[in-house]
Amino acid sequence: MENQFFVDSEHLSPEALEKKHRLENEPSFRKNHMEYMSGMEIIESDVCASVMSQMNSYDYSKYTAEDVNAALEHTTCTIEDFKALLSPAAEPFLEQMAERARLETSKHFGNTVYLFTPLYIANYCENYCVYCGFNCYNHIKRMKLSVEQIEKEMKVIADSGMEEILILTGESRGQSNVEYIGEACKLARKYFRMVGLEIYPVNTDEYKYLHECGADYVTVFQETYDSDKYEKLHLLGHKRVWPYRFDAQERALRGGMRGVAFSALLGLSDFRKDALASALHVYYLQRKYPHAEMSLSCPRLRPIINNDKINPLDVHEKQLCQVLCAYRIFLPYVGITVSSRESAEFRNGIVKIAATKVSAGVSTGIGDHESKYSGKETDGVQGDEQFEIDDNRSLDKIYQDIADEGLQPVLNDYLYV
Amino acid sequence: MNNDKLIIGGHEFNSRFILGSGKYSMKLIEAAVKDAGAEIITLAVRRANTKEQESILDYIPEGITLLPNTSGARNAEEAVRIARLARELGCGNFVKIEIMRDSKYLLPDNQETIKATDILANEGFVVMPYMYPDLNVARDLVNAGAASVMPLASPIGSNKGLATKEFIQILIDEIDLPIIVDAGIGRPSQACEAMEMGAAAIMANTALATAGDLPVMASAFKNAIEAGRKAYLAGLGRVLTRGASASDPLTGFLRD
Repeated sequence: MENQFFVDSEHLSPEALEKKHRLENEPSFRKNHMEYMSGMEIIESDVCASVMSQMNSYDYSKYTAEDVNAALEHTTCTIEDFKALLSPAAEPFLEQMAERARLETSKHFGNTVYLFTPLYIANYCENYCVYCGFNCYNHIKRMKLSVEQIEKEMKVIADSGMEEILILTGESRGQSNVEYIGEACKLARKYFRMVGLEIYPVNTDEYKYLHECGADYVTVFQETYDSDKYEKLHLLGHKRVWPYRFDAQERALRGGMRGVAFSALLGLSDFRKDALASALHVYYLQRKYPHAEMSLSCPRLRPIINNDKINPLDVHEKQLCQVLCAYRIFLPYVGITVSSRESAEFRNGIVKIAATKVSAGVSTGIGDHESKYSGKETDGVQGDEQFEIDDNRSLDKIYQDIADEGLQPVLNDYLYV
Repeated sequence: MNNDKLIIGGHEFNSRFILGSGKYSMKLIEAAVKDAGAEIITLAVRRANTKEQESILDYIPEGITLLPNTSGARNAEEAVRIARLARELGCGNFVKIEIMRDSKYLLPDNQETIKATDILANEGFVVMPYMYPDLNVARDLVNAGAASVMPLASPIGSNKGLATKEFIQILIDEIDLPIIVDAGIGRPSQACEAMEMGAAAIMANTALATAGDLPVMASAFKNAIEAGRKAYLAGLGRVLTRGASASDPLTGFLRD
């Protein structure tokens, strides 16, 4: 069963509705998703071709229990081994995979778990991505924080003890331009030790500017590495250009960012192929930029405002755990982040196996940290959320839960140099 | 034996176990000091760069020498900046230089390490550079003003032991500074072996941090390091690598 993504808002004008329906129903009405739009920088890189040739030739049905056993016995996990670990044949080996993953995690990260929180500063979006709560046809409360409001939010978060922040926006250059995001980074440097960005992909010189403003980590989710499927889900806007998005991490590194993060949104397409491509995207870029710090996330589809039926299809917790264990065994040195899309139980369990970073005190709405953190009613206007979260725990609660598991919560392990 | 001190940059230490910074926890610091007898504890400046509630500095017992490291530095310039910050934070004059341009194996960049050693030694730091064991680089580090040389035994965190044994032995034989074996020591027997070879001290972290019983493993390291040191000072006896030795000399029949 595919997800039913199309929802018509009664607030749309007849013209808007007509355009929306044509985008949904007439492929020829949509722009070529492989063609760069004006202003988008093109870089020379062979990483994409390497990833795609591996993904396209990946036939996970051919792997057997024997291949999985061999993969688990090898000291170094090869690409072939990784493919076996992602295959259905590996599902009965989940416990063994978890044991191996835990060993690798402890070798490289000890018992530490890093904590961070996201801060959405704007939810305007110029794209029509059918599964996303921020999409331009979804009727939600839109908002962009002023510089003063951003500072107020940051103070509330910093007072909670948080030291790492991830600044997010909807993907609208018009509403949230690079200068605006740069100002947010400069403010964040005042209140936090570490500043990451999850914004629309930009050009190398813009990443360089944002780095100089204080950001050092860039997260861009490719959503799905299957470009044909991508075309059917991202119907309008600059986000539709698949190859520009693919090269975002490489441009960020060239712009001087210390680290980059990757992910597919599991549930959009064939999750095994997407997991393979996500990890290989990391693998090939690491070989090209060995100094860079890399991390992987593993978000699954979640319900959004006006569509509570969206779900991650065949990616159940077992499959998610399999993917995470395979990531850890193949890329033992890479950070793995598990967001509040997943339940407290899942996150408590997975930090013991493979995850090295979790978010805490999360809101995916705009300007609501004071009311969420203090329970205080505020008179300020708030913007709606990107998706529903599952784990609502505060920083204090997560900190304690992690410590109770015998692990060590870490608020910062970073210096801006 | 009682006067056998480890001397680094004019400072004397009784213990030859140094706690590394890789996998930090308060339990680990406690075990390293109490059970392994550590007098020097490494501290990643980037981990110390935190607000009051988590500050590792608060957990370092009195009388312990802090060895801030420059982990996170990707070149000499960044290492120098981190070292200066450590001094500002009140971490003293010791600094362990770690420069990595590789996030996968975390192998040190020897060339950049020489540059940083030169700058920081001139600024009065007691510089302890982490390096890949290469004799030419070690000599350059000596000339740059290093207070010790810290070759890796095997990749950091790997617990694989003395993979670079032959090259560490060359450094011990040729370099007049203390050679402190750092990274990769996974068990007490490996620490003992390095000490028998003439290493001045052992730095370890993962081997303790990932042990089943931390305090017991810490004391095992203490004993192993002391045993290895004693064996080195005693002068190792014959080590037979091939065949057996006849108690009567094989050439006893020769008359003139």
